[in-house]
Amino acid sequence: MTADAWTATAGGSLLAAIVLLPFVGMLVGLLLGGRWLYRVALGTMPLGLFLTLVIAARWADAKTSFVYLLGNWAPPLGIALRADGAAVAMLVAVAAIVCAIGLFARADFALKPGTQEARSSFAYWLLLLAIWGALNLVFVSGDLFTLYVALELLTFAGVPLVCLAGTSETLRAALRYMLFALFGSVLYLLGAVMLYGGYGTLDIPLLASAVRPDSMARIALALMTAGLLAKTALFPLHLWLPPAHGGAPAAASAVLSALVIKGSWFLILRLWFDVMPGVVTLPAAQLLAGLGASAIVVGSVVALRQERLKLLVAYSTVAQIGYLFLLFPLAFEGGKLIHGPAMHAGILQAISHATAKAGMFMAAGLVYAGLGHDRLVDLAGAARALPITILAFAISGLALMGVVPSGAYLSKKILLEAAEQSGQWWWTAVLQGGATFTAGYLVLVVGSALRQPVAPLSEVKPVSNLSQWAALALAVSSLVIAFVAIGMENTDLIKNPIAPDELGTTLAVLLGGAVLTLGLARFSLLSEPPESPLRRLTMVPGAILEQFDRWVRRWSSATLLLILLTAAFVGLMRVGTTV
Amino acid sequence: MTIETLFALAACALIGIGIYGLIAQPHPLRKLIAFNIMGSGVFVLFGALAKRGASAGLAADPVPQALLITAIVVAFAATAVTVALLVRLIEVSGTASLSEPAPCPDRRDQ
Repeated sequence: MTADAWTATAGGSLLAAIVLLPFVGMLVGLLLGGRWLYRVALGTMPLGLFLTLVIAARWADAKTSFVYLLGNWAPPLGIALRADGAAVAMLVAVAAIVCAIGLFARADFALKPGTQEARSSFAYWLLLLAIWGALNLVFVSGDLFTLYVALELLTFAGVPLVCLAGTSETLRAALRYMLFALFGSVLYLLGAVMLYGGYGTLDIPLLASAVRPDSMARIALALMTAGLLAKTALFPLHLWLPPAHGGAPAAASAVLSALVIKGSWFLILRLWFDVMPGVVTLPAAQLLAGLGASAIVVGSVVALRQERLKLLVAYSTVAQIGYLFLLFPLAFEGGKLIHGPAMHAGILQAISHATAKAGMFMAAGLVYAGLGHDRLVDLAGAARALPITILAFAISGLALMGVVPSGAYLSKKILLEAAEQSGQWWWTAVLQGGATFTAGYLVLVVGSALRQPVAPLSEVKPVSNLSQWAALALAVSSLVIAFVAIGMENTDLIKNPIAPDELGTTLAVLLGGAVLTLGLARFSLLSEPPESPLRRLTMVPGAILEQFDRWVRRWSSATLLLILLTAAFVGLMRVGTTV
Repeated sequence: MTIETLFALAACALIGIGIYGLIAQPHPLRKLIAFNIMGSGVFVLFGALAKRGASAGLAADPVPQALLITAIVVAFAATAVTVALLVRLIEVSGTASLSEPAPCPDRRDQ
């Protein structure tokens, strides 16, 4: 934040424009309808990308936050839009990903000449633009109430995407998502109301300067954090995510998994770093990262035990959400949260996960479209039938694993350094071990796709080339994102990817992943008999974790855990204080 | 006891009832009503805070009232979307149960 966060700056109106543009596109598309709708949508996207690039260029020049005052009313009475470095980075990344998703979805949802307009294609483009606009608003909002509205917009646009197919499973998944998200949002609103009651403002810089570590602020922060965790689907609050992300059409899953959950995550980041850096304590941050670590373990193991590719990718999202919370205890310096390398690493992690995961869901959707199913057992021969798709999947997997020079690699390096400096060795272990799990499901999928089919694949439907290349482009951009980010961080962190030690690490991680896959997956990649006693033994922990996951995903367990977590956060924020 | 305290206590009761309903009621419509009760509790609390915060000589702090109206509209929209989903679910599947269904033979795969 700049020294004066309450005066409009030059270029501030760009923020209003980037929020309005998707909604304008949505309304114009709604009016024109039919075959014009996707043209309007696809026309709006590059325009938005261009606008975010202009914002980024101006931000790089000035290096100060943008401020825009709505109607020239200054806070506390008025509402300000603000964009700092993190917001600008997210704006650009989201615009680029939305463009790629739009190109991918053209094959599925663009109206072909001579066909009737289907409700799903009509809804898809409108909802995609709405999600984009809502996300932009989340990134630039300057006060907690506008953030609440933006977050609700995001949920209302995301939920219908889940049930585009209109089957009872997807409707059920959407309803579960909606109800759980509503529980989360009412907790957030309660926290915001309490903060207004205590401090008389919801403007972020005003609140940050007024807030004191008293019980009111602690309870409000705990309520808001827990509510947002429910919307982000951090383990153990992930009950809605696997059916919702696994059941939606690929073009919708990519949006939901890559972008929508990042909105509420970004809001947690805002709350902890910008609103109440003095209220949060290290023990509370340790709990947050501890949940992240359990998400990595449970999500990855359950992902390895899935039988369908899309559910595997959905569970890998559960695991990857965990990574986004590891930064919190590592960003403490001298007992306070600071805007430092760890926070930048978190933003980088979010962006690289968003690109890679969108690419991965697209690839999974293309496999389904091509083969007519996505059962992992019958994936043999897919690599020969759909080479670009499987390549896109493999590259997204490598990027998620953190191979040089992916964004995940750079952010992992920065976090490892922070863990070493602050002496928190246990996070080093989580950061290093997590990659092995990711390697596990990469080996499982790519290994299955590379196998020789027993009978030659007869009916492989052709899939859209544009969609395949969009998936590949996202995967590759995630793999080389470190080069873009390098301007902001220490350049000596990136090494040559084929230097012996880096290559050794990558191979060791892949090997570890292969071992994990052989031990945990439900079917064997090698053709050993499934009943060997060793294999029966290694299946046990996976089966136990799967049962545990099933229990956690029951509605009553998840809601009780949500309340318990709120209480735990209040308690832990009290523990660390010296007063 | 001032009137604001009374309102705040009523708000606590509503929020508590809402949380209980959200956790314990199995039917989605009851969950939705519980959400609305909990939301009303938050609104009542906000209104009480507006009265208390009016130390500047005004009858009441106007900002919470402006925010409240927005929050009510948001809650209304949320309720409408959820009811629409629920009606559609009942039309398609003939049941309003949220639990994972037993696999039936005529299930479409996606």
